Amino acid sequence: MTFNRNIKIAAGVAFLAIVFIAVPAAISASGRFDLYYTLTSVALLSIASAGVWLTFYIGRINIGQGAYALTGGYVSAILVVNHGWSFWLTLPVAGLFCAAASVLIGLPILRLRGVYFAMVTLVLTEVARLLALALPITNGAKGIVSIPLPGALSVFGITLIPDFATLQNSRLAFYLLAATLMVVCFAVMYRLVNSRIGKLCQSLQQNEELASSIGVNIAYLRVIAYAVSSFFGGVSGAIFAAISQSIYPSSFTVTDSVNFMLNCFLGGLGYVFGPMLGTLVLYFGWDLLFQTGQFQLLIYSGLMIVLMLVLPNGLLSLAEMTRKKD
Amino acid sequence: MEQVIANGLYLGAQYALIALGLTLIFALMNVLNFAHGQMYVLGGFITYTVYGQLGLPFVLALLASGVTLAVIGALMEKFLFRTVIRRSHREESTMLLAAATAFFFDAVILLIFGEKQRGVPKIVKGVFNDAGIIMPYDRLVVGALAIIFIAAFVLYMQYSRVGRAMRALAQDRVAAQLMGVRVDRYSMIGFAMGAMLAGVVGGLLVTITGVNSGIGGPISIKAFLMVMIGGAGVVGGAIAGGFILGMMESVGLTVLREYGDVTYLVIFAALMVFLSVRPNGLMGKPWG
Repeated sequence: MTFNRNIKIAAGVAFLAIVFIAVPAAISASGRFDLYYTLTSVALLSIASAGVWLTFYIGRINIGQGAYALTGGYVSAILVVNHGWSFWLTLPVAGLFCAAASVLIGLPILRLRGVYFAMVTLVLTEVARLLALALPITNGAKGIVSIPLPGALSVFGITLIPDFATLQNSRLAFYLLAATLMVVCFAVMYRLVNSRIGKLCQSLQQNEELASSIGVNIAYLRVIAYAVSSFFGGVSGAIFAAISQSIYPSSFTVTDSVNFMLNCFLGGLGYVFGPMLGTLVLYFGWDLLFQTGQFQLLIYSGLMIVLMLVLPNGLLSLAEMTRKKD
Repeated sequence: MEQVIANGLYLGAQYALIALGLTLIFALMNVLNFAHGQMYVLGGFITYTVYGQLGLPFVLALLASGVTLAVIGALMEKFLFRTVIRRSHREESTMLLAAATAFFFDAVILLIFGEKQRGVPKIVKGVFNDAGIIMPYDRLVVGALAIIFIAAFVLYMQYSRVGRAMRALAQDRVAAQLMGVRVDRYSMIGFAMGAMLAGVVGGLLVTITGVNSGIGGPISIKAFLMVMIGGAGVVGGAIAGGFILGMMESVGLTVLREYGDVTYLVIFAALMVFLSVRPNGLMGKPWG
């Protein structure tokens, strides 16, 4: 037991060292500063995917994360641009706004299951896009542009985070921000899954009626899980808006929602860190295939189909398979 | 008003035919076919090539669309979905496969047919103008054909041996297998039929709206909407959902015109409310 625990701690430390020390060092050594942007995107997308994974964990297929990412982006952008809020304050507000919205939406639709829930959430993504187009506050198809970079964050006169606009390398700053949030997000997820609530969620995934019959408050649990999921979506959307300094109704579309879901599938639905690995592989795979030009999508989707045929339970199931053989 | 209803009926007939294919695949395999819209687009492009480019008769083109898509559907079931369903721990894994095939079709369509909007010459010229209804003849023909196809499909499912086997399969897979239904074979036939329906609608509609490589996704979403309204996996539900969506779209475009492009927003909102009252649609099975 202690041996296992030591391995886990060592793996965690190694992961942190790679993310915060090895990757920046490697990038500054190689001079490929564009990789910061790619890795920041991976970190943010994996936060949103983690949310989707959590809804998978309670047995729901969520293709609506794009809606919350878009909402989060708009909430942050509107508060920063129209009301002059600090970005750091809008970040939790965007998350909480999405969580609140998801409670309202979730109460009726979480009664649905299987493909019904999947289709409704897919439609939800479309609704968010159409709302962003139709509402006056979101400025229609023109979107909100030239959002200022995040300012300084200081508590009691001590500057915790410097003003991003004064930094000479804001890419690194965004990378560190996104990576930190990703680490926090997955730490929360890991804790959640290995807690009492996590076990209860698993009971929902397997059989809701049975869980309900032995006294699990299923309606409450699934709304909580969905709200946490949407919170992640909102936060990642808000940072995306800050990085690109703009947000449009087409910033997050059905394709993005589907991709969030694919990230989870690819990494493996049975593993907490599946979405992170899935996002990394899919995003980098897509980027690497850029050189193949017009065949990019063809090769990408072809590989995805092959991967699905060979490893239908996700990339992380590979580790389990080798363990079984031992 | 008559005009609005006529438009709604015409749209509804098309939509119902699209939804039928999707719901058939879902009923038999429990697979949500994300690639349905792409299959529709592929059917449209095949008809465009055979009828528009090569100048062969329209009926032949429609046949080519249907047959090609049926073959593609059968192959997909045999080599992709069957394998994944067998190997995967969770049924939902087929969704990744379905989404991947949707991307794959998108890529193939883009490579072969390009990104331009394509149309074909009208199949019938002239406009019907009587009793306050204005409707081009080709729309009437296409609408009538769609209704004929729907009727043929329903009759086939109801009275043929294959149809009966598929209905048994949809009701209870294990029980059907125990009664001696060859599950694998009929799953394949069902998938092929679903894909064929998508291809045929694509071929029909290319004569009216034309086709371009980007409309696959939106068509899939519309098909999901119809299936949700009617209830997944039920033939009657798909037909009802198709006509209801067609009618709502037609009415919405007229009534809500002054508020801008909000028809679909209203439809979505109405759907959310409806589904919270009736989670399984009009006549869906009680499980998802």
